Amino acid sequence: MSTARTKVWWWVGGLLIILYCLFPVAWILSLSLKAPSDLDNGSFLPTQVTWQNYQLILTGQASDLFLPALRNSVGICLIATLIAVVLAALTAYAIARLDFPGKAFVLGLSLAVSMFPVISIVTPLFNIWRSIGLYDTWAGLVIPYLSITLPLSIWTLTAFFREIPWEMEQAAQVDGATTWQAFRKVIVPLAGPGVATTAIIAFFLAWNDFVYGISLTSTEAARPVPAALAFFTGASQFEEPTGATSAAAVIVTIPVVVLVLLFQRQIVAGLTQGAVKG
Amino acid sequence: MSSVAGAPPALAEDDRPRGRSARSGAPRRSDRARQEARLGMLLCAPAVLVLVAVVGYPILQAVWDSLFSYRLTNPDAREFNGLANYALILTDPIWWQALGVTVLITAITVAIELVLGFGLALVMNHALKTLRPALRTAILIPYAIITVVSAFAFLYMFDLTSGFVNSWLPFVADGKDWFATFGSAVSVIILSEIWKTTPFISLLLLSGLAQVPGDLAEAAKVDGATAWQRLWRVTIPNMKAAIMVALLFRTLDAFRIFDNIFIMTNGAAGTESVAFLAYRQTIQRLEIGVGSAVSVLLTILVALIALLFVKGFKVNLAASTRGGR
Repeated sequence: MSTARTKVWWWVGGLLIILYCLFPVAWILSLSLKAPSDLDNGSFLPTQVTWQNYQLILTGQASDLFLPALRNSVGICLIATLIAVVLAALTAYAIARLDFPGKAFVLGLSLAVSMFPVISIVTPLFNIWRSIGLYDTWAGLVIPYLSITLPLSIWTLTAFFREIPWEMEQAAQVDGATTWQAFRKVIVPLAGPGVATTAIIAFFLAWNDFVYGISLTSTEAARPVPAALAFFTGASQFEEPTGATSAAAVIVTIPVVVLVLLFQRQIVAGLTQGAVKG
Repeated sequence: MSSVAGAPPALAEDDRPRGRSARSGAPRRSDRARQEARLGMLLCAPAVLVLVAVVGYPILQAVWDSLFSYRLTNPDAREFNGLANYALILTDPIWWQALGVTVLITAITVAIELVLGFGLALVMNHALKTLRPALRTAILIPYAIITVVSAFAFLYMFDLTSGFVNSWLPFVADGKDWFATFGSAVSVIILSEIWKTTPFISLLLLSGLAQVPGDLAEAAKVDGATAWQRLWRVTIPNMKAAIMVALLFRTLDAFRIFDNIFIMTNGAAGTESVAFLAYRQTIQRLEIGVGSAVSVLLTILVALIALLFVKGFKVNLAASTRGGR
């Protein structure tokens, strides 16, 4: 009987973890559905569900602040992710498959960069970007974002690429496939999932950035969502922007939740693979 | 980073390319090897150049700027003043307060996260197949959510007007302003940090758990060891590497805490961290000289922590993946 009882306890533990993980998310969602008069009701749930906070940031007066920020975030993060994954794919391929001196140097360098405090690069970049005109531009954020996305991509992709049975490419060629066919039919399906997972994790990191976002932008020309959230103001100066901020927070959390729901297994593998395989 | 150089994971299973070139015959072997080496370095070059340009160049610039009395509001008065900025910072109680807050937050969050993360990993390890995908999804949400969003969630939770915590907790006065005093403000900051980053630690620990040989625990069980003994004598010693790597990454990550503090207190009530101090000096007060010096000091501290782990605790970084944020 003890196994049945332990089973119940593991279930309870699992459900507690799910509750722990989702509680703050549920709270911000509930908050975003409250009317202004309802915000200080002191309870978790709204007394009446309303969409007016979403209207405020999507079509109302706060949309001038939120929509450009959303566009900036999506654009800048996608570009930074794409560049990082392409560069990392070349590097990881070389490390996993070729014999050359300096492999340890490349891995060590990317590890050192990933440990680097972002704020320490912001100080000089703030000054340099102002003098060469990159301050408050997309490029001015894409470049520093590479310091976040590239090291991680190199490590994760290297771990993935080491698992690929590369000799299958040659086997296909021996069987009469052209180089292009061997690449498209054998290598792409083998390497694709690792590349996609790496891109997702790199995108999460870029999407999460706040330090570069508030330090290197000043207007809606390049300001990303996390920075814009900090600049929301209420409908009047006596009103807190709580509702609008919550609604915006929910909207930028949607892509994260969708990616996690679709790719949870791959993301966990990407986050831990190198640690397991060594 | 010499331990990284000492045990590159790449070399372990790298006999494939060598075997391939050996097949092509002895005389052409060194030629091919040289070609392969050149291609390898060529493929790595773009990424290495980007990393050096994006991080190496700015940090050298920061070191240089930190030696000047330099204010953007009065750029003409820029002049070399040696280590005066460092002397100014290291004799200022504001720096020591920020450092103390940073160390406090780091120590408490990492200690709690390690225990909590281990519990989460154990549950995930034992969870039934039906529950596992839901667990994995749930646990990735705090990891992947924007730190600023989680900071707002906790801010509004404890906020005087929009919060519900005061009415939920029976022993707390309804009028308690959590962000008015240091102790309670730091507690909320720590709470949000723990919520957000424990899943990352638990995933690393879970992969460490998978490495513990199952027959070892089984053998200990047969020998009459209690569950508690098996945990301490078998499980934990066998996943020491994973624990140390998780500790290192989270310590460095916690040490640069910024987002939560910015959103929740904006540095008020004595909650300013070192990273926040650097931001305030540079971006808000436009004191490039002093701000750069704070940044350089933070970098040195982070490097020292990494060195302590790598040399002192012999963490084998080559056996790990990345730093999570």
